[in-house]
Amino acid sequence: MSAATSTAPAARPARFGLGRTLRLGAARVVYETRVYFRAGDTVFFTFLFPVVLLGIFSVAFQGMGNVGANPDGSGGISQASYYLPGMIAAGILLSGMQNLGVDIAMERGDGTLKRLAGTPLPVMSYFIGKMGQVLVTSVAQVIILMLLAKLAFGVELPSEPEKWLTFLWVYLLGIVTAAVLGIAISRLPRSGKSAAAVIIPPLLILQFISGVYLSFSLLPEWLQTVASVFPLKWIAQGMRAALLPDSFASAEAGGTWDLAGVAIVLGIWLVVGLVVCRLTFRWIRKDS
Amino acid sequence: MTLSPAVRVQELRKSYGHFTAVDGVSFEIERGETFALLGPNGAGKSTTVEILEGYRERSGGEVEVLGADPRHATLEWKARIGIVLQQTGESGNVTVREQLTHFAALYPNPRPVDEVLSAVGLDDKAKTRIKALSGGQRRRVDVALGVIGRPELLFLDEPTTGFDPEARRQFWELIRSLSREGTTIVLTTHYLDEAAQLSDRAAVIAGGRLIDIGPVGELGTADARVPIVRWRDSGGPRQERTTEPGRFVADLVAREGEVAELEVIRPSLEDIYLGLVEAAETAAGETRGPAGKPDDPIDAISTKGARS
Repeated sequence: MSAATSTAPAARPARFGLGRTLRLGAARVVYETRVYFRAGDTVFFTFLFPVVLLGIFSVAFQGMGNVGANPDGSGGISQASYYLPGMIAAGILLSGMQNLGVDIAMERGDGTLKRLAGTPLPVMSYFIGKMGQVLVTSVAQVIILMLLAKLAFGVELPSEPEKWLTFLWVYLLGIVTAAVLGIAISRLPRSGKSAAAVIIPPLLILQFISGVYLSFSLLPEWLQTVASVFPLKWIAQGMRAALLPDSFASAEAGGTWDLAGVAIVLGIWLVVGLVVCRLTFRWIRKDS
Repeated sequence: MTLSPAVRVQELRKSYGHFTAVDGVSFEIERGETFALLGPNGAGKSTTVEILEGYRERSGGEVEVLGADPRHATLEWKARIGIVLQQTGESGNVTVREQLTHFAALYPNPRPVDEVLSAVGLDDKAKTRIKALSGGQRRRVDVALGVIGRPELLFLDEPTTGFDPEARRQFWELIRSLSREGTTIVLTTHYLDEAAQLSDRAAVIAGGRLIDIGPVGELGTADARVPIVRWRDSGGPRQERTTEPGRFVADLVAREGEVAELEVIRPSLEDIYLGLVEAAETAAGETRGPAGKPDDPIDAISTKGARS
């Protein structure tokens, strides 16, 4: 440890405005994404999990024939086509809500947030970093899911621009809402060690009752009503609207895609999540 | 340039329910000074430092750090201080250089990363992920992150815990060089030699109260410097404090003949410190009743003293 020399140059005028917040936010995105892909368990349970499940479901259920086929077995769509929207929806929930919920709770537990709290990093830059990491990893996840579906299972992706437009807004609204809700629920675990145990099981149940792994119409009506309160059911429904043939709309609970419902419920959750974040997020529990 | 002290604390109080962790502490730290906060575990020194750093709310009193109340810490203010926390357990999935480069970007006028790497002796670990470092090396990363922003005021909370003696000496050199550059340093430590080596002044906190403050060589009352006579008899180790050790030893020998393990000790800084803490705890024990008295300080003196 030789002396830390270099005479202090006259401090450059320090600017603490919006430009700096955005610049540091961008630096955080790079840093966060790098850290994300270095944590093996996160990569598996939030990034690759839907990909693995799509593969398993497509292979395992293909023997049951196409979904929505005519009585003679013709027509309909492959199991892979049928599961793709659900797996994308699950991926949105995992990459957004589960990832950030567990991640931030662990950062609170292991001292990362306390350290950052002592630096001149704006809270907003930290959130930009988290949102950017979610967006980068989630887009990569969606691309991998679609490539797997198309190349391995011959799924035909829609060709109509309006279908892709639907996909785009449902995806963006879904991922932003999921990320914001992830930040909001990161306060729930009492410690970093319990983070995964507190956050993953409820979200897993949500995936089972929201028409991701099981067809929504298989659920009893009361369970459908419960699931309809939560955002995942609507993300999955929006994804089906974007990626399945329109003939499948009749299989939905209301007999239509109900995209207005998707927009309204997700919009409400987004606003609720933002308010909860604003009210509850602290770098550290001040008097623990 | 403002001439206000780097840190001003007046009648600081912090309570958690009925428990008072910090009880009316006042002190000032001048700019450029290296100041040590000493005290047993749970004495309130980390609580005090965390209030100064803006991590904790206070229950009462006035605090000013670099001219501002840490309660209303702005980003500009945070850019002027550096913090080395007591414990860290981050996952450490980044390399030392990546971490330093990232943190350097948070500050308006950071030190060059390479300079800090060599200052903490981690040049050859620059490309190693932090989680693969030893405890002492991770602690050096903490120190590096504390100084990367070129702080005017640096808080070090037990910085050398887990260092081997050589690393500790290198760390002292680093702190001295920061001090020469004009950095104000606030250090909490268990190691009295560290306080004696580094600090201009020290304060001793026990039971949430400031029991002494001053240059390290002048801590304690005249009483605390009273020599100690130690010996062993059939009942085990004995000790006696006396201003007349010669006469005491003469009487002892006249009474009991040649005694085993006889020594006369001028109290070291450690002894004086332990005496201060003991006195404070005894006083607190008297007001609170016997239940308030922690571990036996006499024991502490004889075991610690045996090393000196």
